[in-house]
Amino acid sequence: MRKYSYILMLFGITAFLSSCGNQGDNKSSNGALSSSAAEKAYVAPGEHDEFYAFMSGGYSGNITVYGLPSGRLFKEIPVFSQFPTSGYGYSEETKPMLNTSFGFVPWDDAHHPDISQTNGELDGRWIFINGNNTPRIARVSLETFETEEIIELPNSAGNHSSSFITENTEYVVAGTRFSVPVPQRDMPINEYKGNYKGALSFISIAPDNGRLNLEFQMMMPGFNYDLSHPGRGKSHGWFFFTTYNTEEAHTLMEVNSSQNDKDFIAAVNWKKVEEYVKNGGGTKMPAEYAHNVYDEHTHMATSTMKKEVITVDPTKVPGAVYFLPTPKSPHGCDVDPSGQYIIGNGKLSADLTVHSFDNMIAAIEGAKFDGEAYGIPILKFEDVLAGTVKSGGLGPLHTEFDGQGNAYTTFFISSEVVKWKLGTWEVIDRQPTYYSVGHLMIPGGNSRKPFGKYVVAMNKITKDRYLPTGPEMEHSAQIYDISGDKMELIYDFPTHGEPHYAAGCPAELLAPNSKKIYRLSENKHPYAVLTPDQAKVERDGNEVHIYMSTIRSHFTPDNIEGIKVGDKVYFHITNHEQDFDVPHGFAMIGQNTSELLIMPGQTKTSLWEPKKPGVWPFYCTDFCSALHQEMQGYVRVSPAGSDVPLTYSLGE
Amino acid sequence: MKKAGLLMIIGPLFLLGLFYFPLWNIMLGAPQYPEPLGMNIHIDGIRDMNEFDLQNIDGLNHYIGMRKLPKPEEMWEFSTFPLVIGGMVALGVLIGILGIIGKLNYQWYAGWFVLMSILGILGMYDFNAWMVDYGTNLDPNAIMKLANPDGTPMSYKPPLFGHAKMLNFDVTSLPSSGAWMMFVGMTTTVIAFFVGWKATKKPT
Ligand SMILES: [Cu+2]
Repeated sequence: MRKYSYILMLFGITAFLSSCGNQGDNKSSNGALSSSAAEKAYVAPGEHDEFYAFMSGGYSGNITVYGLPSGRLFKEIPVFSQFPTSGYGYSEETKPMLNTSFGFVPWDDAHHPDISQTNGELDGRWIFINGNNTPRIARVSLETFETEEIIELPNSAGNHSSSFITENTEYVVAGTRFSVPVPQRDMPINEYKGNYKGALSFISIAPDNGRLNLEFQMMMPGFNYDLSHPGRGKSHGWFFFTTYNTEEAHTLMEVNSSQNDKDFIAAVNWKKVEEYVKNGGGTKMPAEYAHNVYDEHTHMATSTMKKEVITVDPTKVPGAVYFLPTPKSPHGCDVDPSGQYIIGNGKLSADLTVHSFDNMIAAIEGAKFDGEAYGIPILKFEDVLAGTVKSGGLGPLHTEFDGQGNAYTTFFISSEVVKWKLGTWEVIDRQPTYYSVGHLMIPGGNSRKPFGKYVVAMNKITKDRYLPTGPEMEHSAQIYDISGDKMELIYDFPTHGEPHYAAGCPAELLAPNSKKIYRLSENKHPYAVLTPDQAKVERDGNEVHIYMSTIRSHFTPDNIEGIKVGDKVYFHITNHEQDFDVPHGFAMIGQNTSELLIMPGQTKTSLWEPKKPGVWPFYCTDFCSALHQEMQGYVRVSPAGSDVPLTYSLGE
Repeated sequence: MKKAGLLMIIGPLFLLGLFYFPLWNIMLGAPQYPEPLGMNIHIDGIRDMNEFDLQNIDGLNHYIGMRKLPKPEEMWEFSTFPLVIGGMVALGVLIGILGIIGKLNYQWYAGWFVLMSILGILGMYDFNAWMVDYGTNLDPNAIMKLANPDGTPMSYKPPLFGHAKMLNFDVTSLPSSGAWMMFVGMTTTVIAFFVGWKATKKPT
């Protein structure tokens, strides 16, 4: 025993020495390459990036938009979190966006963005993202870069294997990470096994306007459904979900759900289930979930509470679901551009398991099953296996593709990206990440047509990569040029929140469609004023509605009297600018909410409940013009019950 | 004679382009306007180069006290110019036809050209006068009252032809497609005149 450990130690030292040597080599070659690496990531002032990168914000609840290869941050798109910068979730119009069956939930944990596709290729209409904590799916317009719709998912918890798009954007699919009692009820936790369910939700997307509808939920055994991806090409019509905790443990999960040598990839023939539901299959079940829609023309969101959902028992639909045994608690579930290979990233192992779609179909046709789990047939591991990537790394998490027959896998534990060849399974290259990479992203890398020029590694640990900022730091990301045989690290930059995944897209697909203004003439907001002479103030009991317009550099009206303590004052502000990038802001002293940032042609509403008599100023928060500092106004607030008449004016 | 007359018919027809294409174009670029604002001056009114340009030019001009750009009904020119151009086209075509059938000689072609030139110069004069008024007759309560180094109030008259720097803006004013069609048309009538002249010289 002692001798054994001695040898191990020797081995460790050798490894250490040799890695030191390598590092020395790397350093010198990095030195020689650094200038060309800098050139590759350099986007000159005034020039534009080649790609958009949409990164999930993790616990920021939002999406951040970066440029590739520069790593420059363009925008944070508020999705699941209140965003005082623009007033999202604070303005009267956008508060309904964050409504749920639990009431107003001002935050979520946003994980996996995915861009809409046509024929398996990015089409740049919308980007979808999941809220993990209070299960929700959001749709963001890629014309306005604003969240247009959020749908809550009943019967789900830990909405993690989401939000992935089928290849013609038929469905956005969302699986449950934490299985729960369905319907929710008061029951002992230790009766989990056999009783809890993991719902897989299929949400249809209307092709014309993107409207979401929860079509059906498959009630799967109570495993943890971790990640998923659609089949494409020949495997279109199938969806693949990795599972872990097939042990169905409910406590000390880190040990108890890591006991099985193999968990499953669940292969779901959603076309079969769709057909079944279309023909009246499934059970209508009472449910409660919010559906929130933002209308670009009224500039307003409405929240509707839905009361019913169709659930499907997978065992009732023959041929709908099969389990593919996959080693060691697989995380990422990735399908190559041809649709032939399904990759299980067994996060507690060194190897990657690659299943073959053709083998799977053959095994199903040959009815070669290795038992079943809760009535769902299990295929034989050897029958479906296409190959194993002996990577030499540890903790594979996620794989994407370059469209040239190569795959790129992140290894969390060994902190590296490994490039390997589809079909031969040989490792071609490996590069360290800094540190402990989670997901990676190649623009279009989870579609039929990847743009295999860059890979972005999104890391979980930052440590010494940047100047320290106290205990809490942003996460680091690295950009590698993958146009050659070997990956080349070209840039390293901090990202906001905790990006769990990203979706990239060629700039020319989106930039020409990006909206510059909202047309005032198309503004259908009920409180909009389309010309300044329509500006007015109206009282209705203790509610006061101020119909206000803004243009450089004044508010109309800017003097208001006759407001009383105890009033609820609604500022409905319409920005009359029709010029690109000329927003106006609005902020009122002592207001218990955020500012508004109002885009040209848009109307937003802020509620103010004055508490003290006095004369209270408001002002424009956006440096809109040379006279921005003059862009202000006053509201006179009188004590409750006083009889100061309601008046408003500009320039009097 | 027939060839000259035909040219005399074709030439004035080019002026019809003015009913569709702008006569003049003024572009205003500035650091914060990398995509310049622009106005197209048509014979019947001033129009946006890109949507909302006029509104945005007016918005900027209000700081220095310039009036809003005129609507078609606010200037008599925009109802008169189409009539004048239409009349000149009809007159030119008529002269050409009469030239072909031999009722008029080629000197009438030059006559049309001279008349058109005089009208054109008057039009330019009028246009320039409007720009002087527009650029100097400023609101006394303007937000920004700027003066030249010699103390005289700054003028914002756009150039009639060419480029000028006005505050943060680079202003470029040039004839546009309609004007070029007019020049081509007028040149054609001059050619018609020479062709007609040569034709009369030949037999003698
Ligand atoms: Cu402002």
